[in-house]
Parts: sequence; C-alpha cells; structure tokens
Amino acid sequence: MLYIPGNNPAMIQQGGVYGADSILLDLEDAVALNQKDAARSLVRNMINAIDFYDSEVCVRVNHLSTPFGLADLEAIVPLQPSAIRYPKTESGEEVAELLQIIEKIEDRHNLPHNKMTLHAMIETAMGVQNVFDIASKFDRVDAITIGGQDLTADMNIVYTPDGAGIDFARKRIVMAAKASHIDVIDTVFPDVNDEEGLRRETEYAKKIGFTGKAVINPRQIEIIHDIYTPTDEEIRKAYRIVKEFKINSAAGIGVFAIDAKMIDAPIVTRAEYILRLANVTVG
Amino acid sequence: MLNSLGREIPEYIEGIGKLEPFQGALTKLRKGWMDEPTIPAPNKAYLPHQSKLCNSLEEAILRSNPHNGMTVSFHHHLRNGDILLVQTLTILHNMGIREITLASSSLNECHDPILPYLKDGTVTRIYSSGIRSQLGRAVALGVLDIPVVIHSHGGRVRSIHTGKIQIDLTVIAASAADCEGNATGSHGKSAFGSIGYAVIDARYAKQVIVVTDNLVDFPCIPLSISQNFVDQVVVVDSIGDASKIATGTTRITNSPMDLRIAKLAADVIEHSGFFLPGFAFQVGAGGASLAVAKFIREKMKAKAIKGSFMLGGITSYCVDMLNDGLFETIFDVQSFDATVSNSLLNNRRHIEIPAALYANPFNCGCITNKIDVVVLGALEIDVDFNVNVITGSEGNVRGASGGHSDTASGAKLTVVVCPSFRGRIPIIKKRVHTIVTPGESIHVLVTERGICVNPAFPELEENLRRAGLNIKDIHDLEIEVDKITGIPAPLEYTDKIVGVVEYRDGTIIDVIHQLKEK
Repeated sequence: MLYIPGNNPAMIQQGGVYGADSILLDLEDAVALNQKDAARSLVRNMINAIDFYDSEVCVRVNHLSTPFGLADLEAIVPLQPSAIRYPKTESGEEVAELLQIIEKIEDRHNLPHNKMTLHAMIETAMGVQNVFDIASKFDRVDAITIGGQDLTADMNIVYTPDGAGIDFARKRIVMAAKASHIDVIDTVFPDVNDEEGLRRETEYAKKIGFTGKAVINPRQIEIIHDIYTPTDEEIRKAYRIVKEFKINSAAGIGVFAIDAKMIDAPIVTRAEYILRLANVTVG
Repeated sequence: MLNSLGREIPEYIEGIGKLEPFQGALTKLRKGWMDEPTIPAPNKAYLPHQSKLCNSLEEAILRSNPHNGMTVSFHHHLRNGDILLVQTLTILHNMGIREITLASSSLNECHDPILPYLKDGTVTRIYSSGIRSQLGRAVALGVLDIPVVIHSHGGRVRSIHTGKIQIDLTVIAASAADCEGNATGSHGKSAFGSIGYAVIDARYAKQVIVVTDNLVDFPCIPLSISQNFVDQVVVVDSIGDASKIATGTTRITNSPMDLRIAKLAADVIEHSGFFLPGFAFQVGAGGASLAVAKFIREKMKAKAIKGSFMLGGITSYCVDMLNDGLFETIFDVQSFDATVSNSLLNNRRHIEIPAALYANPFNCGCITNKIDVVVLGALEIDVDFNVNVITGSEGNVRGASGGHSDTASGAKLTVVVCPSFRGRIPIIKKRVHTIVTPGESIHVLVTERGICVNPAFPELEENLRRAGLNIKDIHDLEIEVDKITGIPAPLEYTDKIVGVVEYRDGTIIDVIHQLKEK
C-alpha cells in the first residue's frame, strides 16, 4: 500500500505505475495545514481522471474532530474509491458514527452502502485496547492498520528500529483482524535508504500475521512483494497438498500424509491461502 | 530528395557539400567496402633529440601554422570539466584567426563561453557528436550560416578517414604525458580514464599538441597516444576543473521512476532470449540506463551467468561487475569516474580502445558489432521506433548522437529506456522532431507505463509475453500518454537548415531546421 501525499500532482499522476497493490492518497498527515483544501480538491479531481492500472485506490481522510474531516468525506465519498482510510480510530462507537455520516452522503448521491469499504487505522493506546470491537462489528471494515509513529507518540515513547514499543500493539491488532477475518496492514518503515531494515521488519510483520505493509516510497514496494509473494517451492508444495486433499476427500479420507508428514485441515487451509496469493487454481 | 525514413534531405548544402540520403542501417555496409576513398595521414619528420616542449599553449599554437579557415579538433573525455577548448579558441580569436571549423568529439555546457566566437565569425562550422546548453540553443536559432554536422562516434572516425573532416590542429588534453608526447588519461591528478576518441585526431591532424598538467619522466605509460604522432607538448597548471572531470564513483539513481523503468528493462533483457552465458553488454551512465546494470548484476548472480565483455562509456559500476567476475573484459572508449581510471591503469582485462575500434562501421569489425544487449536513452521516440537524442521537445539542440546509432546498429537487442513523459511533455510521438537512430535498430522501448516491442521482432514479443511482461502497442501507449499530458502545440521552424544529422555510414538521416524564436 503506497502512501502518496494528496497535494502532489506529479506523484499522484504516476501512482499506478509502480505495481503497488493499493494507492493511498493522503489528505491527513502528509499534507500541511495550509494545503488541506488544495489537496482535497486535487485528489477529488484526479481520482477518476488518472489510470491507476491494477492498483486499488484508497483515500486517507482527516479525523472528524478536525476542521477538515467532514469536508474530506463530502468530497471523497461520492467518488467511491475502493476504501476510505480513517485515522486514529479509537472505538466501535466512533466507527458507527463515521459510517452513519458516510451512508448519509451515499444516500444523497444514490450510492450503495456496500461498495466502498473502510480501513480503520489504530494509532492510539485507546484504539489498541478497543481494536476487536473496531475490527469485528462492521461489515464495511475490511482492513485494520497500525500507525507506528502516532502510536509511539501517543504512548510517549520513541519509535525504535526493533519496534519494541509497538510489538504488543502489533500482535493484538493482528489477532483482532484474524478473529474478524479481515486484512491487517503493518505500519510504514520510515528509512527509505535502509533496504535491509525494511526487509527485516517486513519479514517479521509477515511472521506475526500481517497481510501487507504500507510504504512511503515506491522503491520499497519490490521488497514487500518479494517477501509476501510465495516462492515457487511454496506454490508447488501447496499445489500438491491441495490436490492430494481433493483426491483424499473424494475418497472420504480427512487426514493423510505426504512424504510421511501428516496433512490435516489447518495445513490445507494454509496451502489454499498460498495458492490464492499466487493466483493458482487446482483443477 | 527523401531518405528511406521519409525525411526531406537537400542534395547539396553550401559549406558541407553533396549529401547522400539514408537508405537503411546496413545498406552501405553490405557492399563490404566504403565508396569514398580514404585520405593519407600527414607526412612528418622530426630530427633526433628535437624538443617538443613549449612554454605555453599560445606558443604551441603559434608554431602550429594557425590560419583562417583551419579545422581545430578536441576530445571530450574531460566532459564538463574541459577548459582547453575555450582557451584554444580564445587564443586563436585573439590572434585574429577566423572561419574556424570546430571538430570536437562532443560539446558540453563548459563550452558555452565560445558562443561569442560563433557570432563574430571566429567559428563558422561545427562537426560534433553532441551540442548542449547555450551553444545548442544558439545553433537551433541559426547562429551559424553553415549547418552544424552531427555525427556518431563511429561516424566521426569515418569522416576523418575520408577527409570530410580534415584536421589542421588537434589539442589533446592528457592527465599524464612525457616530453615526447606519449600521453594518457589513466593517471595523474586530472585522470579521466580512456582517451579513445582522440586517437584518430592524433593520427590524422596536421599538427598535434598534447597538453598536460602532469609531465612525467619518459616514457609515459601506457602510450594511449604515442609520440610518433605528436608535434608539441605543453605543460600547464591544470587541464580542467577536476571536480567536473571524473570524481568518486557513479551512484545508482534513487529516482523511483528510473528504478521502475530499469527493473522492467532488466526483466525484458532476462526474458529476451539474449541473456545467455557469454553475452556482451553495454549500458549508459545516466538515470535509468545505469540502474539497469544494477538489476542485471543481480540477475547474473542469481542465475550464475557470466558475460563476455562490457563496452563503451564505462562507470565504476561496470568495473565492479568486472571485479565480481561477472564479465571477462571491459573495452573502454570513455570513462566516467575516478575508479574507472584506476582499473584502466591496473587491470589488464580493462582495455582502452580507440573510437575506430569501438564503432567505425568501415573497417574489418568494430566492437559494437559484437554487442548482444545495449541499453540506451532517448529524448523522444516515435511510433516507428525512430529515436531522437539530439533535439529537445522545445526545439533546442540539447543532446548527443554519441554511440547511440553505432551500438543500436550492432546489438542483437537494443533496449531504449525512458519515461513516457517528462514534465508535461510526451516522449512518445507520432513523429520525432529529429531522427538520430532509425527504428529498424530499436527492438524494444521500456517506459514506466509499459513495454513496446518493435513489430519487426515478433519472436522477441512472444518471449516477453510468455514471461508475463506488460506489453503494449506503441500506438496505444502514445494515445494513453497524450491523454495525460495533452498534445503540445507544434514547434515552428523556418526553411533554413541549421543542422545535418549524419548516420554512421555518412548518409543523412535527418536535418534540423531553424527554430522560430518566440
């Protein structure tokens, strides 16, 4: 997920060429206070004029407690990007209020309530505490994300490369997402020149369950893809497991072995997930 | 008359002579010889122990028979750090010499101070592979009555062999030289690496002056330029601005756009069918071109592929690949940074070559003929894959033919890398303003918005499609980009021709008309 400042027309224009799964046009932290109106206007005008190719388009609006949040929603919701990303989400009640406003705008424009989704950003200690409510109660919330910099600021600690201060939050957010069967996106890695650091952090994020990672520079995309794309060996193994599972299921056998290793339902589920990522079907 | 690319070429231009239209990249070579006769090199004799040392550049020039209408040549290995070209022309100007033909292997921004000499008749003709900055703007606006002639690096050698360019005086900057004129660019405080473009000048100029800021004991080794061609030697405090000649190591671009294009280009090369053990590779020094080398290096390591040689303008990145054992040899006609000079001096697999061996089409085989893969840039490319590297979209002369057409003609796979638009200006056109390299030599264009394969190479397209690469018809990409940028208003020109673009075989591939000043 590639962050692009909403007030930078050149970057927005090129947003779709880097192969990111998702483009995040940012009206919030990447935009200075005196540029908020200009950014909103620019994003509103460019979002449907530019071909972002295969990338989904999301817009991060300002929080409703700011003077800009409502105006952002009024401008962006009618355009129905893939998702609205909402910053500093702290409770299920807050999401309910936000969805009410969004749906009123959609009603005014005769738009359905089930097309555009919501990504809730967890960036405060309160948000971490209430994350399961946020993740599980609303059909339109199809992803939650962690905002590392804001969270450490809220916790009054310094963000460190080892991520120690936000490790608990990361794992709690992942668990809430998994329990709710939605995506969970890791925070950005701020040092664009530290490719090794990015690789290390992304490998860790994948290991603990994040389904993707946000980036602030297109140069970071390839490393994320490299880590999240299943290897040929993983795909081959998953293919074999799913194929054997289908054969065994047809014969009424639930648990079987491949190369003397037991294959049961959880392993099959994981193999199916790998094949979905690789866009491979087992005939 | 029309050439085979449909460009209108005059039959004759006063001051240049009869012109022959371009008829195809290899048409003239198929004969096996060159129609034009070659001229003999100058006939000289020196007495034993005669001193060649002069006290100043001015003294050396005075001894070199300066005269009106003379042709003076230079090499551009010092790139934007060169100071000798401006100094020499200023001395000639102060001597009252007029109607000089300037034959520099290329012209850079550092040469802008000679603009007054173009206006006052000191310099009336220019032969060069490239012209930029204020000089390029002035040429486009018609500062000279006689059109400039743009040639390729290989074509320049041919022009000197045939006497189209007859050099009266050449001034050769050297970072080390001895009292007899044996000279090199590979060591000394102003080291710039290969001196390959100057070799033909030394061989054919009636007067050869070597200028150095580092006089070494006889003999100066290596003998990149050898004493038997040198008339005079001048020692100066500095041959150029060291900070602009060759410093440090070349860094790979950080631009996400250039890196994206480079990654796609490397994918194209990998799946082209030419990424094989023993492949020969040339890549430029700037932007996306050099970044391709980074990705190719990774792919070579991953697939355990070892190449044969790298060629051309050499960067420290090429040297690293040689030292990594990824290539057997470097052939170096021009070096781009200090590390390259060290390698050229100390590594016997890093070989300095003259421009004739690099790219002259009329001999028994230049090394560009053996390239498998070359990556080149473009100022513009059209839907017929013709490439412009000499005039900008605003109409100024602002680039260089360099080795573009030489390498494109020789390579089995020529990859052009460029963004689909720069600023608000589309780079893919229905018709480029000026053709330097014909589309028949270009196999594939790589932009950030997709890859376009020349339909003349369907097998290549098939290979790339099979690899899952995003292939687009170049006409579709042109329309897609126009939708983003809009179509710029056409430039306005007069009928006056201000530049003639020579193809490497001496035929005329295009002309540049005078830009109307707004």
